[in-house]
Amino acid sequence: MLEGLLDPRRWTLTFENMGPFWEGFGVTLKVVAAGLALALLLGTLLGVFSTTRSRILRGISRVYVEFYQNTPLPVQVLFMYMAGPQFLQVMTGAAQPVRIAPFALGALGVGLYHAAYVAEVIRTGIEAVPRGQMEAAQSQGFSRLQTYAYIVLPQTFKIILPPLCNQALNLVKNTSVLALVAGGDLMYRSDNFVSLYGFLQGYIVCCLMYFIICFPIAMLGQWLERRSKARPRAKVIPGVTDAAGSSPEGAVRPATAGKEA
Amino acid sequence: MEIFNATNLVYILGGFIKTIEISVLSIICSVVVGTVLALVKSYGPRPFRWLVSAYIELFRCTPNLLWILFIYFTVQGIDIFISTLAFTLFTSAVMAEIVRAGLNAVPAGQFEAAQSQGFGFFATMRYIILPQTFRIITPALFGQCTTVIKDSSYLSGINVAEFMYTTNVVMAHAVSLDQVLMLYGFVFALYFALNFGISLLVRRYQRKVAAA
Repeated sequence: MLEGLLDPRRWTLTFENMGPFWEGFGVTLKVVAAGLALALLLGTLLGVFSTTRSRILRGISRVYVEFYQNTPLPVQVLFMYMAGPQFLQVMTGAAQPVRIAPFALGALGVGLYHAAYVAEVIRTGIEAVPRGQMEAAQSQGFSRLQTYAYIVLPQTFKIILPPLCNQALNLVKNTSVLALVAGGDLMYRSDNFVSLYGFLQGYIVCCLMYFIICFPIAMLGQWLERRSKARPRAKVIPGVTDAAGSSPEGAVRPATAGKEA
Repeated sequence: MEIFNATNLVYILGGFIKTIEISVLSIICSVVVGTVLALVKSYGPRPFRWLVSAYIELFRCTPNLLWILFIYFTVQGIDIFISTLAFTLFTSAVMAEIVRAGLNAVPAGQFEAAQSQGFGFFATMRYIILPQTFRIITPALFGQCTTVIKDSSYLSGINVAEFMYTTNVVMAHAVSLDQVLMLYGFVFALYFALNFGISLLVRRYQRKVAAA
C-alpha cells in the first residue's frame, strides 16, 4: 500500500478532487468554533460553581465533570445520535423522530465533553490564587475592581491559559468523532475518499489539514507556557505606583552595583 | 425481546475485555517507546532530537482516529495487533512529553551525584533518574491510561470488536427507546466504573505521596 504514495498519477488525481476535503475542513472549523464557545461558556460556569459555598452547585459541577471525564466521547456522541431524535420526539410531541443535524451533534458533543475539562482548569486557576492576595491588595488601597484587574485575574489567566490552549487543541482533534456518525467533517470526507479511490493520499491530505489547524494552537500553548513561567515585570499602574519606571529601575540597581564592586 | 439475555451479555462483556486488553497492551508499549523518545529528545544528538520533536508535534496535532484508519488501511494483521500499533504510535508521543516533564523535574544534582560516583549514562538513568521520574509522573501516566481506555472506543470505526462495537451490534436489535437507554446506561456505567476507579487509585496515591 505504501508504495502507491510515490505514484504521481495518484497525487494528481487527489489534487483534482480536493473539493470534498475543503468542504470537510470548513465543517470541522465550524464545529470547532461552536464547540469551543460552548465548552468555554459552560466550563467557566461549572468551574465557578465548584468554588462557591453552595453545596448543591458544587455537587452539580462535580457530577458533571466526573461523568464527562470518565466516559468516552464516541459513546456520548453515539448516544445523542441514536437516542436523541426519539427523546426530542417525546419532548416536542412530533409525529416522527426529530433529526439532529451533524453540525449540532458535533458541536454539542465536543462542547459538552470539553466543558468538563475547562471546568477543572478554571477551578484550579481560581483556587491557585490565595485569598491573602485579595486581602493584601485591598489593604494597600486597591479598590475591588483594581484588585481583580491588577492582582487576581493576571495570576489566574497565567495559570489557566496554557491548559486551556491544550484543551482547544484536543477539541479540534476530537471533532473527528463526527466521522463515526457520518458527520461530513474532514475526517469523514477523507475516509470516504480513501475508500472510494483506495489512495492513501487522502489520509496524508487530511493529516496536513488537521496539522494546519492544530499546529498554531500548539505553538500558542507553548508560548503561553513559557510566558507563564517567566518572572513578572513590574507594572505601572496609574494612581497606584509612583512615577513611571521608578520601581523596575530600583529592582535592577542592586544587581549592577554588585557587578561593579 | 429481552435485550439482556445471556448470549448478548457474554458478547458485550467480551468486548469490554477486549477494550481492556488493547488498552493495557497499548499503554505498556507506549510507555516503553515514549521513554526512549523522551531520553533521545533530552540527551540524544541534535538531528535525532529534531526528529523526535517532529514526531511528537505531528502526532500531537492530528486526531487519533486518523492514525487508526491509516494503520487499518496499510497494515495487515489481527485486530489486537493493529489496534495496539495504532495506539502506540499515537500515545507514545504523549507519553514522551509526560516522561520529559518528569525528567526535567528530577533535580540536576541527582545526575551529577550519580556520575561522580562512577555511574555511566545508562546506569545513571536506569538506577537513579528513571525510578524518580516514574514516581513523579505516575498521576499523569494513569491519567493517560484513562484517555487510552476512552479513545479505544474509536476502534469501533474499523470494526474491532471492542466494548462500544459489541454494544452497537446488540443495539441494532433493540426495538424500543427503553432498551436503547438501558444498553447505554450499561455502557456508561462500565466505562465510568473502570475510569473512575483508576482516578480514585491515583488520588489515593497522591494523598499517600503528599503525606509521606
